[in-house]
Amino acid sequence: MKYLDEYRDPELAGKLFDEIRETGKHHWTMMEVCGGQTHSIIRNGIDQLLPDTVELIHGPGCPVCVTPLETIDRALAIASSPDVIFCSFGDMLRVPGSEKDLFRVKSEGGDVRIVYSPLDALKVAGENPEKEVVFFGIGFETTAPANAMAVFQAKQLEIANFSMLVSHVLVPPALEAIMSSPSSRVQAFLAAGHVCSVMGYWQYEPLVEKYRVPIVITGFEPLDVLEGIRRVVVQLEEGRAEVENAYERAVLREGNLPAQRMLKDVFTVCERTWRGIGSIANSGWELSDKYREFDAAHRFTVTDIKTQESPLCRSGEVLQGLIKPNQCQAFGTVCTPRKPLGATMVSNEGACAAYYRYGRFAEVESANT
Amino acid sequence: MCLGIPGKITEVYDQQGIAMGKIDFDGIQKEVCLAYLPDIEVGDYAIVHVGFAITKLDEQAAQETLDLFREIGSLEEELGD
Ligand code: SF4
Repeated sequence: MKYLDEYRDPELAGKLFDEIRETGKHHWTMMEVCGGQTHSIIRNGIDQLLPDTVELIHGPGCPVCVTPLETIDRALAIASSPDVIFCSFGDMLRVPGSEKDLFRVKSEGGDVRIVYSPLDALKVAGENPEKEVVFFGIGFETTAPANAMAVFQAKQLEIANFSMLVSHVLVPPALEAIMSSPSSRVQAFLAAGHVCSVMGYWQYEPLVEKYRVPIVITGFEPLDVLEGIRRVVVQLEEGRAEVENAYERAVLREGNLPAQRMLKDVFTVCERTWRGIGSIANSGWELSDKYREFDAAHRFTVTDIKTQESPLCRSGEVLQGLIKPNQCQAFGTVCTPRKPLGATMVSNEGACAAYYRYGRFAEVESANT
Repeated sequence: MCLGIPGKITEVYDQQGIAMGKIDFDGIQKEVCLAYLPDIEVGDYAIVHVGFAITKLDEQAAQETLDLFREIGSLEEELGD
């Protein structure tokens, strides 16, 4: 159990908890769709300190976790090829493919490198003209402008030995898929602040109207999350469903326009499979025709990929908020961050990894006893 | 990888036609791409994600976030140092 004095501003946190308790007369279920928020909620015990009337379910907010298994297997095959330098963000290296992960490929002699920015991968390509340099371009809308710039630069500077394995995912179509699922219990969303820093939040307005579901944009620091929850509860109690920006210091309604222009040039919308969830129409970005020559999926023909998920892993249900990680039989026993069975156990932003890291081995009976 | 971290711009320059700069995250220096914030100047604060400044931030808000990251020890982790 966490205590309020672990908060940086315990007094303000306490006030927010009180307000949430006093405002919430009914039981409400809301989903956060940002791995940073999930991490923050579990780390700070927000879910345990909230009154019983507020239930948080953890959505598919971690891009590492939803990158499709087939794409991971493809990445593993490309990274294992001779004369390839495979560059990736660090948290992709432990994501389990059907048979192994990128760390294994590296230990078997593959040239796999962790980079901080996609521009670093472009630099590697410039320095190694005799090699094919492939960057694993994953992420939500927040990461997409960076990946787009690397491809744009590669074209401008004619860096022909650079390519990108693109598996971008988009938040609004995923929210729509969750809302239209008959098993959904979600009554409101906390939307990811930095996705909105790039894209703005006008895209959420039609969703709010169609599904009568409040969407509050917020950051991932504990006080931001609490303020987001408070505003959601107020809306639900008043019977309102609106898009509300609780992260004004970093988000404008229209988002970052220069970034959006670049995204429009480099990417086109496509159907995308989300690991554990399935295919969602219009929920991804792939390289546009103009940049197709930099698409690693076209440059490297990888055949006979036979994907095989661990039969024990229930990350699909975790990602859709149908079960909590510690309700999975494998949780903490055969599945740990060191030996993950599913992608949600890999990244700190994955729900299973957050539960493991902060010792959530059993469901807590009640937060207020 | 998904977090965005605030930092202070200490240098702005052009590199092969792209606006780049140096950014200070509470003592840790990094290169940052500034192409998506064309109006940004030295001394401004921005949220940086995988080496790209994506949005401006006022100074006080930025400092509070940095303090918090220090406390929970995720600054180095996020920057890959
Ligand atoms: S605990 Fe492991 S096996 Fe269970 S759902 Fe999470 S990632 Fe999958």
